Amino acid sequence: MSVDTETVLKIANLSRIAISEEEAERLKPELNAILGWVEQLGEVDTDGVEPMAMVIANRTRMRDDVVTDGSDTGGNRRDDILANAPLAEHGFFAVPKVIE
Amino acid sequence: MSGLTDLGVADIRDGLRTKEFSAREVAEAFNAAVDGADALNAFIVKTPEKALEAAEAADKVLADGTAGPLAGVPLGIKDLFCTRDVPSTACSDILTDFTPPYESTVTANLFGAGAGMLGKLNMDQFAMGSSNETSARGNVTSPWRRNDGGNAPLSPGGSSGGSSAAVAAHLCPAATGTDTGGSIRQPAAFTGITGMKPTYGRCSRWGIIAFASSLDQAGPMARSVKDSAILLESMASFDPKDSTSLDEPVPHWEGALNADLKGKKIGIPSEYRVDNMPGEIDTLWQQGAEWLKDAGAEIVDVSLPHTKYALPAYYIIAPAEASANLSRYDGVRYGLRETPDNGSLAEMYAATRAAGFGDEVKKRIMIGTYVLSVGHYDAYYTQAQKVRTLIAQDFEKAWDQCDVLLTPTAPSAAFALGDLSDDPLAMYLNDVFAVPASLAGLPAIAVPGGLDGQGLPLGLQVVGKALDEQGVFDVGLALEERSGFTARAEKWW
Repeated sequence: MSVDTETVLKIANLSRIAISEEEAERLKPELNAILGWVEQLGEVDTDGVEPMAMVIANRTRMRDDVVTDGSDTGGNRRDDILANAPLAEHGFFAVPKVIE
Repeated sequence: MSGLTDLGVADIRDGLRTKEFSAREVAEAFNAAVDGADALNAFIVKTPEKALEAAEAADKVLADGTAGPLAGVPLGIKDLFCTRDVPSTACSDILTDFTPPYESTVTANLFGAGAGMLGKLNMDQFAMGSSNETSARGNVTSPWRRNDGGNAPLSPGGSSGGSSAAVAAHLCPAATGTDTGGSIRQPAAFTGITGMKPTYGRCSRWGIIAFASSLDQAGPMARSVKDSAILLESMASFDPKDSTSLDEPVPHWEGALNADLKGKKIGIPSEYRVDNMPGEIDTLWQQGAEWLKDAGAEIVDVSLPHTKYALPAYYIIAPAEASANLSRYDGVRYGLRETPDNGSLAEMYAATRAAGFGDEVKKRIMIGTYVLSVGHYDAYYTQAQKVRTLIAQDFEKAWDQCDVLLTPTAPSAAFALGDLSDDPLAMYLNDVFAVPASLAGLPAIAVPGGLDGQGLPLGLQVVGKALDEQGVFDVGLALEERSGFTARAEKWW
């Protein structure tokens, strides 16, 4: 299966990456080369094979139902965390207006 | 004291205890080496004060007998590791100036053991690349040059290219790397050093900037098997903050190192003999088998029939996971923000990501988005995960016949910067021998084996059973003892 320019633009939009039509034209053969190459997986007989879900056997652990936001994971460190934000106001992350 | 920079991790640790030198002298020598190597572009952030601070602390605890196992050992840290108060950018523009208010578990373990930090190491952007040419901080140039007098700048491999160049050039005794599909092992092979990817889950992923979470593993890059074992002992730990961390005791690998392989069976997988592989690599591979026979092992032929499908499966699974992981870079909480005039929130996301991601990263996000999209998910992603199961089963069957596998690390020696940048599929093929072990989560080490006709290092890879790092280290040590690899790049930088 190969992608056309319109599909490249659609994928870019789904990926939230702004691209121009020219860039989409440039990307099209590159994406098609990779997609064409990975399609060889179709020749493998996978009837009855379970898709990999966990590469090394491990158990899902339960943890105690307590607050774990310690000094390393954010507890009482609002200002430290906002310090990396491109825009922070009144103790919150700020973004362009979303409701007119 | 320039001789100090030729010391490895064990040499420094032991010399500090016998008071041959102080930790401060070691840190000063490596700080000077880092400062004198700007031409390699391996270190993108230098932290000499951190190295000195750790050294002074080490000298104190060494005197009072409470020193940790890495006290006084200065390390280079790949820029994928979040380090508290030191910029951590994955060598991307989108994380320019990102300064974590926390420390990754692996670096916290290393610093807790007494290690210091010389600085942050260059890498392929978000660990996506095999040549260190996708970094937003510029290429790393390998310290190695061909012996043809041409001085073409060579790739140090990738994605841990700053780590491999720095260790090979003796700018640090060892460095951290991460390996998603060969990013520790291929650069180790290209630069004549040792690199170990442990079993998936041995090292916590917490605080390591995520690429493909079911594959990402941290590991050591050093100049010997012993140094790699020492470092991994401190890096590995069970960490409740990483849901795939393994709740297993960390063995004392260094203490148990044993190059006597009597009773061990080494598998040679026939499918790793690929088209267009240089004869010198095949010869080294056979030589490696002879070395292991000499160490007492028995060589057996094995088959891993799905090997050829590992790389295409990887280039579905890794981009799929990357497209999800990298969705967090939206210009809201950290990093770059680009807002078009009167732009909406959605336009801000798209403009930010267009400006902040490099071409290779964008391409992989888009591939990942496509293979996960409605209508394509089963044909691409589910099929790739089924093939991944078959690849893991191939290894399981091989373990009925042998204890570890011996293969080449990479299908070529280092190539010149720029040689493969226009041919993504040729670039991806660099990891053809590394990716199967990644998909199966298995421990694998790259050790240098010899030089090719152009004077460049070639590596051998040992792949072991899950959690059998010891078996992998032992076979690596047997190879190291017999190859007698002492070649190093002549200093030109």
